[in-house]
Amino acid sequence: MTTPESYYVPAQSKWPIIATIGLALTMFGAASIMNNSTAGSDTDGSWLIFLTGATVMAYMLFGWFGNVVQESRSGMYSHQMDRSFRWGMGWFIFSEVMFFAAFFGALFYARVFSVPWLAGEGDKGASAMLWPGFEAVWPLLQNPDTELFPSPSGTIDPWHLPFINTLLLVSSSVTITIAHKALKNNNRTQLKLWLAATILLGAVFLFFQIEEYVEAYTTLDLTLRSGIYGSTFFMLTGFHGVHVTLGALMLTIMFVRIMKGDFDKDNHFGFEAASWYWHFVDVVWLGLFIFVYVI
Amino acid sequence: MSAVVENELKEDNHHGPAAGIGRWLFTTNHKDIGSMYLWFSFAMFLVGGCMALTIRAELFQPGLQMMEPGFFNQMTTMHGLIMVFGAVMPAFVGLANWLIPMMIGAPDMALPRMNNWSFWILPFAFTMLLSTLFMEGGAPNFGWTFYAPLSTTYAPPSVTFFIFGVHMMGVSSIMGAINVIATILNMRAPGMSYMKMPLFVWTWLITAFLLIAVMPVLAGVVTMMLMDIHFGTSFFNAAGGGDPVLFQHVFWFFGHPEVYIMILPAFGVVSQIIPTFSRKKLFGYHSMVWATSSIALLSFLVWAHHMFTVGIPLMGELFFMYATMLIAVPTGVKVFNWVATMFKGSITFETPMLFSIAFVILFSIGGFSGLMLAIAPSDFQYHDTYFVVAHFHYVLVPGAIFGIFAAVYYWLPKWCGNMYSETLGKAHFWLSFVGMNLAFFPMHFLGLAGMPRRIPDYALQFADFNWISSIGAFMFGFTQLLFLYIVIHTIRSGKKATAAVWESAEGLEWTIPSPAPYHTFTTPPEVK
Repeated sequence: MTTPESYYVPAQSKWPIIATIGLALTMFGAASIMNNSTAGSDTDGSWLIFLTGATVMAYMLFGWFGNVVQESRSGMYSHQMDRSFRWGMGWFIFSEVMFFAAFFGALFYARVFSVPWLAGEGDKGASAMLWPGFEAVWPLLQNPDTELFPSPSGTIDPWHLPFINTLLLVSSSVTITIAHKALKNNNRTQLKLWLAATILLGAVFLFFQIEEYVEAYTTLDLTLRSGIYGSTFFMLTGFHGVHVTLGALMLTIMFVRIMKGDFDKDNHFGFEAASWYWHFVDVVWLGLFIFVYVI
Repeated sequence: MSAVVENELKEDNHHGPAAGIGRWLFTTNHKDIGSMYLWFSFAMFLVGGCMALTIRAELFQPGLQMMEPGFFNQMTTMHGLIMVFGAVMPAFVGLANWLIPMMIGAPDMALPRMNNWSFWILPFAFTMLLSTLFMEGGAPNFGWTFYAPLSTTYAPPSVTFFIFGVHMMGVSSIMGAINVIATILNMRAPGMSYMKMPLFVWTWLITAFLLIAVMPVLAGVVTMMLMDIHFGTSFFNAAGGGDPVLFQHVFWFFGHPEVYIMILPAFGVVSQIIPTFSRKKLFGYHSMVWATSSIALLSFLVWAHHMFTVGIPLMGELFFMYATMLIAVPTGVKVFNWVATMFKGSITFETPMLFSIAFVILFSIGGFSGLMLAIAPSDFQYHDTYFVVAHFHYVLVPGAIFGIFAAVYYWLPKWCGNMYSETLGKAHFWLSFVGMNLAFFPMHFLGLAGMPRRIPDYALQFADFNWISSIGAFMFGFTQLLFLYIVIHTIRSGKKATAAVWESAEGLEWTIPSPAPYHTFTTPPEVK
């Protein structure tokens, strides 16, 4: 650092407080919907609160990011600002990794410890007295208490849809990298083409994922309620699906910005951040494919 | 950069605070946001404190005097949640906001708008959490550790709002921590290398890392609860192949680093204050940095020491016992360094120093009782007794809270430009010190004699220590109104403080005028 650049400190902004109100309404609405529907009462009012909150959030995201894009275009950001964004996005992705780690942890714990213990193995085998005759196999096709948690009749074959999905996501990581190279070489046509291809691959992935869920619910009786296998399966793949959706949305917004002529070969952190995120969901998927589907 | 932009920047840099409520709602100024965090945390400290006094009033004598046991459980739960997430954590984020930019010579936090968002989520989250007190079935009553199945199968309906409240606090903490980490990594003035950073900055850097690593795990565990309650999953239900103990593993994987999140910034505060009033450099700066880092890393490997009696394999008991005791080494290094800093110093006993010395002594007592609890075979005797309550209140009250008090007295003159009254400050210290020890020291004996925690009634033989404890608690609690008075009095009419404030304080924050101008270090200072 020789001559320090001046760091842009934004003046007052209305977006954070709008974001807070949106977040609070969404959260409060979601909690009311769940409580009311579990209690069997009317949820219309709660949905209204939830959707209002979600709308406010959407409005805020467009407005806030719109501000940032404007400031960036008018050259208010220094290299130091750029580094703040990079650290910010990097640590945000790390926090997401830890969120998935909690669910992977639950999966490993169930497979390595709690399910075998329930069947009488190892140090805590005394818990086998709860459900005599329970056998530890994974995937768990016979739950300890099949009345409370009806067992699934089968599991998803990893070498069918999940394998295709793996190929799709891995190739989408390649295409986004090609798009990034194209952006750095100022090749806009290539950039648009490969970015569109990435979004398309993501969309097809999501389509297959939904098809897989339909198959699980309709023909395999594999649901959220079918014991620890169903719980970990749907929570891990479900949260991953949500993140793919988010990532695809980010990439779509980047696509729109590129169509409008945004970004140049040196200044495109928005695009880079979205592509980091995309690589992150890809890596999570590899973990899922190995530990949820194959092994 | 174009001339227009240049002009805009200049205007931005020189404007003062906006008028009215808008200043606080829309602010991007780290000092405004720091003040809001600190005031919010104090409000929560009083709310959580009232709950503690409700508990202590009921426990003043044996028998059920004032409330139903169910309400008592709500009080213990809410007291813990509010003190941890509403009082201690936001207070440290408030200190980070005020101090880190001034200490490293930065114009503001790295991401000022997100900073505002991190703060404003909190009042909404805690309104939601507190509103559960008025809901059908009452507030959460399963303890601040919300073990399943108490918090799932047997929980009141308000647990859903508790879960979403925790999600909001998590969002706030993660964003706050990302901001701190980006600020420290990216905004240091030229010449301020990592090993020149003040220790408060170092400890916060490590705390921020811990926050980003474990708050998402907390989000994960409450999400699993939510799914178990409303969507029929069986994470914590053995009937579906899950395990209630899984809850404890995931919770404490968050929970143990969380304990260090609440103490590391206090380590930083004390490491700033003791050298000033000993008129010596801090002894062993490098070892302080390494000790703090080791404590943080070890904190990921010790979580099951909270679960010795729940039924974990013998190998687990042994591993977690030894790993836990290992933490005593870096902690010992720190205590040694503080004492060595004071050794042969020319010490004066201003209020921040009194709180800091009390911190070193009393936190060490909490550390030693922690070692007793870390020994798995003896923990079978102490587990879930008042000994545990004594232990963690000794690390949190004279640890975290005294650290915060010390910081407020030490930097308040810099923040508001006025000096607090030393007489009143010392009165606050001694009343807090005596009250706190009266409240919590007898709990060691109660626990060793077998009094379980979280009960509204108890056997007669525990009566004496309990009334002593209740008197101490009320003394400590009401003393904090004096603290409120001191702070307001200082802001309004204290005598003017100099820029340096203290005779031999070191650091960039003492080079700027008192009160600190609305914008500081718009051009970074040169650090030699």
